[in-house]
Amino acid sequence: MTDLATPSKVTFAEPSSSPKRSVRRAGGTRRRARSAVTSALKHAGLILFGFVMLYPLLWMLASSIKPNALIFREPGLIPTDVDLSNYTDGWSALLHPFSRYLINSAIVVLGCVLGNLVSCSLAAYAFARLKFRGRNFWFAIMLMTIMLPIHVIIVPQYVMFSRLEWINTFLPLIVPKLLATDAFFIFLMVQFFRGIPRELDEAARIDGAGHLRIYWQIMMPLALPALATTAIFTFIWAWNDFFSQLIFLTKPDMYTVPIALRTFVDSTGESSWGALFAMSIVSLIPVFLVFLFGQKYLVKGIATTGIK
Amino acid sequence: MSSVIQEVASTRRTAGERRKGDGRMAALFLAPWFVGLFLITAGPMAASLYLSFTDYDLLSAPTWIGVDNYVRMFEDPRLLQSLQVTFTYVFVSVPLQLAAALALALVLDKGMRGLALYRSVYYLPSLLGGSVAIAILWRQIFGADGLVNQVLALVGIEGTGWVSHPDHALNTLIILNVWTFGAPMVIFLAGLRQIPRMYYEAASIDGAGRLRQFWSITVPMLTPIVFFNLVLQLINAFQNFTQAFVVSGGNGGPADSTLLYTLYLYRKGFADLDMGYASAMAWFLLLIIGGMTLVNFLASKYWVHYDD
Repeated sequence: MTDLATPSKVTFAEPSSSPKRSVRRAGGTRRRARSAVTSALKHAGLILFGFVMLYPLLWMLASSIKPNALIFREPGLIPTDVDLSNYTDGWSALLHPFSRYLINSAIVVLGCVLGNLVSCSLAAYAFARLKFRGRNFWFAIMLMTIMLPIHVIIVPQYVMFSRLEWINTFLPLIVPKLLATDAFFIFLMVQFFRGIPRELDEAARIDGAGHLRIYWQIMMPLALPALATTAIFTFIWAWNDFFSQLIFLTKPDMYTVPIALRTFVDSTGESSWGALFAMSIVSLIPVFLVFLFGQKYLVKGIATTGIK
Repeated sequence: MSSVIQEVASTRRTAGERRKGDGRMAALFLAPWFVGLFLITAGPMAASLYLSFTDYDLLSAPTWIGVDNYVRMFEDPRLLQSLQVTFTYVFVSVPLQLAAALALALVLDKGMRGLALYRSVYYLPSLLGGSVAIAILWRQIFGADGLVNQVLALVGIEGTGWVSHPDHALNTLIILNVWTFGAPMVIFLAGLRQIPRMYYEAASIDGAGRLRQFWSITVPMLTPIVFFNLVLQLINAFQNFTQAFVVSGGNGGPADSTLLYTLYLYRKGFADLDMGYASAMAWFLLLIIGGMTLVNFLASKYWVHYDD
């Protein structure tokens, strides 16, 4: 940000496209000045580009406090007329108050996060630290399941869960996580566990600790960054998940936020964009908060493993 | 004497137990994963393969019809349309997305000031892009009276309803996917940081200019990351669903112009309850994705540079 101050320096040095004599004297300053110009231009471009990228989001935020008619007339960000009723209207626009859907989503997300943390770390410990027959084989199988499209299993899953009468409960969304089906996070934690020095668990083993204790008292505390990455990505994916929630939740009182929003679009159509925007903003807040406070883990998570 | 034998026997047992103990421990640690693998992943996968050779509507028992579903697929104009839509979507949006990601990563490289901030700003859309809220926003932005047309009106251009025009609707989804270039960008940034500085130093001592350095060092050193991103984003793009579903109101319209393969699969399986057909479609999707990934890996020999 402070780089924005540089253009003032630039203007002094700029006219130095003058005699060679002065160039030799002022060569260093000129080079620095030129790099200051390019740097300032670069920052200006990057800021502008970032602004354009985020503009739709900012505009949605602004529009969520505008009266409906203005949404179609005001491409700007500053509302000429503020109307907070969008939020109250949106909150009660559907069969249940929007808090119901937020709570449902929260239950699903918490279940998924807990499930992934426990089940994936257990499996990862086995792959990283235990010797057993067929380890490489099972590890390869595990890796292969990472890229498996959900579509190949969704139909029989639906049949199975409907036989169990789990449709319109959160079980089809949470139970698979308790069973470590997000193999991606197993892989992430295996990588992390492998980086923890073996001397630590060997020392613990000499002191008589079993694998369960080593897992719980040594590996888990040390693997906090990997656990945080897992928790954050699971949170965001489960919160944004639409496909499986659309299939497994069909009763309005079980709707999660994405399904509720989708129903909202379909039922009100284009007539109440303000309320729709307001609830959309509400639905984005949790992800945005996670983004704000979990950035370090997000960036590390993507950089090391390539997840979205 | 007997005590010695007892001791030998007991150490034998403990040694044996320890070896088996690791196996038993592994079984314990992997238990959730094994259950998940067989009940949630592999079992349903096999069942879906079976169902793909049957006529099944969820209500009555599946009847074996051989390869009829697969034959029907190639006579189904909507399926062919959905393939065309999907291929256009994937092979236009992914290269554009990766180009944007790479360009921004190159600009942001070299420890520039504010890097973390820019990275966050550009990354944010990747986190939100898959949500229903953003899809709703897109539907408004590219609607007849939406933000885009309001902005165009400012410069005197009269736009059409982008999401309701068969020629443009898919483009809005492509733009949305390109908008989420932040995740591959972060991976590119991490890749750029991996290139040893000494290569550049050595090159500049040898008199290589910056452009030459870029083509001879940065580009080849980055090809593994490009490859990684390409494989990952292609696989992801083939499975995108939410945006097309919400923007088109669930039917892939107008005139099937946004009928992504996954969307058609959903409609067949869960709206028409033609679950045998949907299963066949799912397996065909797996085949497409697997085949494409295989081709990618084979082709990588010719352009990906591995440093060894």
